Amino acid sequence: MADRAGNGAAGHPSGDERFGVLEKALKRSRYSQDQLIEILHVAQGVFGYLSEDVLVYVGRELKLPLSRVFGVATFYHLFTFEEPGEHGATVCTGTACFVKGADRIVDALTSEFHVSAGETTEDGRFTLKTARCLGSCGLAPVVVIDGAVRGHLDAAGVLEVVAEQMAADDEADTEDTTPAEADAVASGAANEARL
Amino acid sequence: MAGPIDLYDVANAERDARAHFSRRAFVCTSTGCLSAGASAIKQQLTDTVTDAGQEQGVQVVPTGCFGLCSRGPLVRVETRDQQPTLYEHVDTDTAQLIADDHLLEGRQASADTVSLELPFFARQEKVVLSNAGKIDPDRIEDYVGQGGYRALQSAVETMTPEGVVKTILRSGLRGRGGAGYPTGRKWEFLSLADGDQKYVVANGDEGDPGAYMDRTIMETDPHRVLEGLSLAGYATGASQGYIYVRAEYPLAIERLERAIREAKRAKLIGRNVLGSDFRFDIEIRIGAGAFVCGEETALMKSIQGERGTPTLRPPYPTERGLWGKPTMIQNVETLANVPVILERGAEWFASLGTSESKGTKVFALTGSLNNTGLIEVPMGITLREIVEEMGGGIPDGRAFKAAQSGGPSGGCIPAPYLDTPVDYENLQKLGSMMGSGGLVVMDETVSMPEVARFYMEFCRDESCGKCTPCRAGTVKMHAFLDRIVSGVGRRRDLQHLESLCHTVRATSMCGLGQSAPNPVFSTLEHFRDEYLELLVPDEAFGPDGNGSSPDAQRAVATSPGGVR
Repeated sequence: MADRAGNGAAGHPSGDERFGVLEKALKRSRYSQDQLIEILHVAQGVFGYLSEDVLVYVGRELKLPLSRVFGVATFYHLFTFEEPGEHGATVCTGTACFVKGADRIVDALTSEFHVSAGETTEDGRFTLKTARCLGSCGLAPVVVIDGAVRGHLDAAGVLEVVAEQMAADDEADTEDTTPAEADAVASGAANEARL
Repeated sequence: MAGPIDLYDVANAERDARAHFSRRAFVCTSTGCLSAGASAIKQQLTDTVTDAGQEQGVQVVPTGCFGLCSRGPLVRVETRDQQPTLYEHVDTDTAQLIADDHLLEGRQASADTVSLELPFFARQEKVVLSNAGKIDPDRIEDYVGQGGYRALQSAVETMTPEGVVKTILRSGLRGRGGAGYPTGRKWEFLSLADGDQKYVVANGDEGDPGAYMDRTIMETDPHRVLEGLSLAGYATGASQGYIYVRAEYPLAIERLERAIREAKRAKLIGRNVLGSDFRFDIEIRIGAGAFVCGEETALMKSIQGERGTPTLRPPYPTERGLWGKPTMIQNVETLANVPVILERGAEWFASLGTSESKGTKVFALTGSLNNTGLIEVPMGITLREIVEEMGGGIPDGRAFKAAQSGGPSGGCIPAPYLDTPVDYENLQKLGSMMGSGGLVVMDETVSMPEVARFYMEFCRDESCGKCTPCRAGTVKMHAFLDRIVSGVGRRRDLQHLESLCHTVRATSMCGLGQSAPNPVFSTLEHFRDEYLELLVPDEAFGPDGNGSSPDAQRAVATSPGGVR
């Protein structure tokens, strides 16, 4: 996680230290416009999602028109523009998982939380996502719940794990890590930041 | 400044170091087994050995994929005097048994094992995956210890670039990304292209759902990909290489990044490759979730940091590619074949496989099978051998219905064709294609119109939107399929669907749209009855066509504008 106390390299008027992380990545890429996608990955890893503010910042730093930055960011599925919920489940809907009933898992989560794929509940507690093949087909059907890959679970099993995760969270409410910060810790390399 | 490492010195040192260990445990640390908890198991084995003070005699090696993903996490133990033992479904309890009994005491632990004589293993022919399960992908010394980078060394020291191209041409190697274009021919085009700057690109944007061959190669043996790409650069006169990897493969990216750093330090890539005049740099570029970026012109746009939309060919990338310079795009598995072809010779490679399809192919075997995972088999093996022998048949006594190959661009192969030899030509004749190597087995409970709808939904979501036939066509084709699957389709929906499929195939700009109708064509060809059973019969609509039966009324009511 970005050190909130130190590090005065923030390149953003808000003074948000997370922009410092982004600035370092921009420097490392030598402000190369070709590396827009890589920079957007870093930004999403740090902030958890791409806000308008972040996209404007990236455009300015890379000297790219906003149309280009928005055009590229919205073209690719992995970029998300809304703050993710505290908990999340990403259901793999690749062929192997489809054959093993991934759609039933999506249906179960949809009816439990009243969200469709890509949406977050109104209270910001849960985000449901789907992914095109996570490449762990041997474990099909695969669901990533709060960053941990779970295989061979049926719909009931998935609901159970999600409920456990949410309950555990209620107990440990003293730890006030927001999802964006948690993602920043995982900083790009980990699965959950990308999915 | 220090010179390049001496490959033979490193290999000898590795061999001597290995000789000290009387017992070695290999833990699969590819994505599949890691998801099932392999990294804790590796740690547990290492800790137990270290706590017992046995680290001089017992080695724990994290390796790439063993292949049998459905039985993971997998641990293989090798000792000096016993046959190797492969433990399956290892958890923390069995890991402790393996560490205590087998690693420390030298006797087999009482835990579940898989026979290495299983057809799943015995029928394989490992060329590309020869190091899988044997080396630590994070150590360049491990790769060099298996003879790695010697092909590159002998190429830059003893062969002309033309000689390398000729060898690849003679080997008969064809592109493993799907279309099967002769690799040597592409290399020849690029080497003959004019230009002060040329690029070679490894395509690791493995987008087909149900396929993970390239991911496994990159995770298991990253240096092999670097060596293959460097050889392509040497042969064609390119000084810059890119590896384009899906962002969904963080582990592959991490291992490739490390491999590039180590290869640079060892002077195996960079300014003077192995002390020669050949200069070659490699950079990784990361995708962001767009299936269409597997198409070579779209991929190049994405490398340039743009929207990944394809462009019309010609001009082909070997004429005008990245930043307008001649560029060659090669699939990861294709490149992984290159070092071994140069090392063992074009004739050896050409002796594997069939007359038109040489060598081996890696398949991701998934779906309704007892053994699922990754296999590498000689071209020409029959589907029956793969499904029944290697895959161990269908679980729960259900019957085989179809094998789907080629992902959203491919098709379904039904039971009567199980004895077809698997190669580029035969699969195409059956209305499917080799594709990148995903092989999904479906049992009798799977509805084929639903499979077609599944793939069409995929293509609809993944269409980049640049050309109308694909952008609008996939939406319409999906709507027809959805009506049919939902039981409100009628005969003319099916007729419209088929005619639209022909149009989209003929008029789309790139491979995504051109092949999007394939799953429909192939399921219609082999399973038309299933579609017909779902249709509301014409008689139900009565003479005025407005519908008298409940089914027909529903069909009329739900018919979207223009679809009736």
